[in-house]
Amino acid sequence: MAFGASQRSEVCITGAGQSDIGRRLYRNPLELTLDACLAAIDDAGLTVDDIDGVSTYPGPMGTPPGFSGAGAYEVIDALRLPVSWYASGLELSGQLGSVINACAAVATGLARHVVCFRSVFEGSAQGEKGRASTMPGGGGGGGGIPRVSGFTQWTLPFSAPSAAIWVAMFAQAHFDRYGTTREQLGQIAVNARKNAALNPKAIYTEPMTLDDYLAARMISTPFGLFDCDVPCDGATAVVLSRADVAGDTRKQPIQVESVGCAMRGRPSWDQFDDLTTMSTRDAGADLWTRTDLKPDDVQLVELYDGFSFLSLSWLESLGFCKVGEGGPFIEGGQRIARDGELPLNTHGGQLSAGRLHGYGFLHEACVQLWGEGDARQVPGEPEVAVAAAGGGNTCGCLLLTRRR
Amino acid sequence: MPTDSTSDTVNVPFRILPKLDDGNRFFWTSGADGRLRFLRCQDCGYFVHPPQPMCPKDHSKNLQPEPVSGRGTVATYSINHQPWMPGPELPYVVAIVEIEEQPETRLTTNVVNSEPESVHSGMPVQVIFERHPDEPDDIYLPLFEPRQEAR
Repeated sequence: MAFGASQRSEVCITGAGQSDIGRRLYRNPLELTLDACLAAIDDAGLTVDDIDGVSTYPGPMGTPPGFSGAGAYEVIDALRLPVSWYASGLELSGQLGSVINACAAVATGLARHVVCFRSVFEGSAQGEKGRASTMPGGGGGGGGIPRVSGFTQWTLPFSAPSAAIWVAMFAQAHFDRYGTTREQLGQIAVNARKNAALNPKAIYTEPMTLDDYLAARMISTPFGLFDCDVPCDGATAVVLSRADVAGDTRKQPIQVESVGCAMRGRPSWDQFDDLTTMSTRDAGADLWTRTDLKPDDVQLVELYDGFSFLSLSWLESLGFCKVGEGGPFIEGGQRIARDGELPLNTHGGQLSAGRLHGYGFLHEACVQLWGEGDARQVPGEPEVAVAAAGGGNTCGCLLLTRRR
Repeated sequence: MPTDSTSDTVNVPFRILPKLDDGNRFFWTSGADGRLRFLRCQDCGYFVHPPQPMCPKDHSKNLQPEPVSGRGTVATYSINHQPWMPGPELPYVVAIVEIEEQPETRLTTNVVNSEPESVHSGMPVQVIFERHPDEPDDIYLPLFEPRQEAR
């Protein structure tokens, strides 16, 4: 497996697709998944007969409700794919770790065209009662109260069941050490909402000011409502291809110039060595070890915002600003605007476009590099983008280029 | 063992409790004598948490639970306002507390007996146990309160 200058363009993204996306679609999640996969395959100018690999995150999971719309087996069977290679799993370098897996498979010759997907139906699964209905003891329905083991035994007994609380504690540590403020963090959310207004598939599109952001009810300090992403239903897929067969495809391939997948601290939320960052730190640094490109070469970034602070953490981790200076970097919002020097989350992120869980950022990076952003297209025909996903102990990122 | 079962359980909120096994039982029942315990390598002295069968420093399997002082420091925290599930009265403080004997070892926990707004990073705290009746042994959740000398 090789990325970077010596083996450039070994792995390419040749197609991207999405299903319908909505707050609550109440549709069969496998149907949405297949819609996305077929859209990506068609976008590449391929047919299902060309696909010989499947990769996904996290694989089939019953809980949390709606977290996984389909596993690899379901897609392989539904499309009758004769695969040479397939994989799914949760213990990866973030949601995009499934794409990094596929890069490795393609680069080593295990597969030629891999469809990678992520599918969620958390909006429908949580229903009108919202997220609380999915929490242990919160369903109001019979059955005994479950006991917890493994990782969750260290958080759930202390009434800390949500990543909102865990990430909030990292954000608070960053606030305390570096003086980061809610006014600064709010720019992530305000910027996302502005961009979502131009994305026909976004969930929240009504205008939101910084004052609106600050006035929203508190969830878990320093996070208010608009620091937290919105659950939705939808699926996203991309096709990864070997460069030497990418000529079969319809569009100009996007090269996977590099990947970042390292994790050098403990794989834990509360035992990680530095509570102001996460394994974003290691995945972000890792990205630049396999390429001649530098952060200054990047023209737009699509950085995970399951919680607003995660985008800030990725900005620092990827070297777009110094560690601790993420707050001043985004202050005022001009720099990260669509017409700024480093456009961020041009589709609205998960905060406003919906919690497609990582793959939405990769999809948007491809859309922008292909110049298909319509009203939200970043000016200047961008050629270099970063897509990053995850937080805590599950982080991965991709450096993508479109060379003419 | 405490014999007064009313005074310390009367205001205990609903909690999801840990499933006890041979690896974690000592930790979750440790508060019976008011002491917080961690698994400790008997060869190099490193505290191993969460419990594992082997010391990550020297790969020794000679590990035993040992009491610690129960003193710690708030590394970071969040005041939770969201009713995720039945639990303590809102808002409540979730914190990551560093253990005095080995600060890299931490517990996600609650800071109690303190106004939420008064909790801050660097705050000295002391363990206090919340007892949940169970069979064969009661479960004691290690929470933290402001340390006496810091009040």
